[in-house]
Amino acid sequence: MKKLAKSPWLLHYDASSCNGCDIEVLACTTPKYDIERFGIINTGDPFQADILLITGGVNSQCEQVVKQLYEQMPNPKVVVAVGICACTGGVFKDCYNIKGGIDTVIPVDVYVPGCAARPQAIIDGVVKALEILEEKRQGYREHAGKGES
Amino acid sequence: MAKRSIVPFGPQHPVLPEPVHLDLVLEDEVVVEAVPSIGFVHRGLEKLVETKDFKEYVYIAERVCGICSFGHGLGYCQTVEKIMNVEVPPRARYLRTIWMEMSRVHSHLLWLGLLADAMGFESLFMESWKLREKILDMFDATTGGRVIFSVNCIGGVLKDMDDAMLKAITDTCAEMEKELKPIARAFLRDLTVGSRLHGLGVLSAEQANLMGAVGPMLRASGVAYDTRLLGYAAYDELELEPVTAAEGDSFARCEVRIKEIGQSFDLIRQAAAKIPAGPIAVPVKGFPQGEYFTRIEQPRGEAIYYVKANGTKFIDRFRLRTPTTSNIPPMLDMLKGCQLADVPLLILTIDPCISCTER
Repeated sequence: MKKLAKSPWLLHYDASSCNGCDIEVLACTTPKYDIERFGIINTGDPFQADILLITGGVNSQCEQVVKQLYEQMPNPKVVVAVGICACTGGVFKDCYNIKGGIDTVIPVDVYVPGCAARPQAIIDGVVKALEILEEKRQGYREHAGKGES
Repeated sequence: MAKRSIVPFGPQHPVLPEPVHLDLVLEDEVVVEAVPSIGFVHRGLEKLVETKDFKEYVYIAERVCGICSFGHGLGYCQTVEKIMNVEVPPRARYLRTIWMEMSRVHSHLLWLGLLADAMGFESLFMESWKLREKILDMFDATTGGRVIFSVNCIGGVLKDMDDAMLKAITDTCAEMEKELKPIARAFLRDLTVGSRLHGLGVLSAEQANLMGAVGPMLRASGVAYDTRLLGYAAYDELELEPVTAAEGDSFARCEVRIKEIGQSFDLIRQAAAKIPAGPIAVPVKGFPQGEYFTRIEQPRGEAIYYVKANGTKFIDRFRLRTPTTSNIPPMLDMLKGCQLADVPLLILTIDPCISCTER
């Protein structure tokens, strides 16, 4: 990975997951795994977030919340689907209330499999997301540059 | 009368790892009423029992909640075992007890961290979760999973622990007991923490009983009620005294949970010393027919499992009453009259587990 230009902030939301991946996401921010070493801070505010870590298979009630959070985040942004439920629906796929995967509602950039996803895998996913974020930012900068000239 | 206003709280909120929504009716800064709306994590897992093989459903039962996962697997297995008249080998009962108590340690430490985080005490949150990693490492070594274990099966458990592993667990417990002390001191003696917790959300013993509070919430109000005394798994052969506190405020709830961590270490030690040799599971043949209720003590309180089976491989009905479900009414009662700034803290003191509640 190339060097980071900015400290990306992270937003976490539980879109009908079992909690397993959520506590693993939180565990990532604590001393043993410590994603804060990449300059990442876990924020609760979508308006300040660059990375959306989202878990669970999305049910009809939280669909609107997920969309709203995604829209509230400023561009450029990346979405990381954490856990197999967030990727495809996982064991909850057959449930009557589950839409099956975050990508049925919002675009997803990185998929982190696992039930529950291990912290190492989540960190790997976040680091991949950082690269994508940097690319997207580059894209925006070029786009903005053309606008000025 | 002051003007009333409604402040929405959640579903996405910095102190909540899980989504729950409350409409807080305020008069100035004081909460007059709290109206909850839930359903953000509802998946319909009870319905899924009709389309999954009853042995396969153990894995679904575990995924009702990632924090109480072992307990849910245990509760479901016990219920089906009772229906099928399966005698679980003693070693399996002891192993279940050890894992259950390890779950309690991990859950309570997780809660302590979240409580510290809700107060803005970041370093205490980090310390609690750092300590929690040790018990997760033991889970990892014994079951292969950190939060979802899948070691329960109908008729026993799937994995055994050898003597070296049991010793490693008791050693870890002794080590953690030492490291817990400074953390416990910060929670119980620190002035800042005390000023946030003392006298906040007082629940009297009568009210707690009336509202149906369970678990540490009930015990913090001075009621010595612990479902483990029923003696499921190996609890009938271990010595156990429910931890209680008299005050019934948030501080008492914190105190009870910290003492329960110590109690769990003690139970693990007792179980590791007494564990008999033998098989860890019995083969189960046929299909369940009939119905049964089981109660177990989850980290958050009493959970009730009901299974109605019809003699085929699919179960008719599975019902689960989780501790948070019964702790929500007393929480709403406590919220009345508190300051808006104390709301996140008060919600946390019941140790809400929304994905259990909504399934």
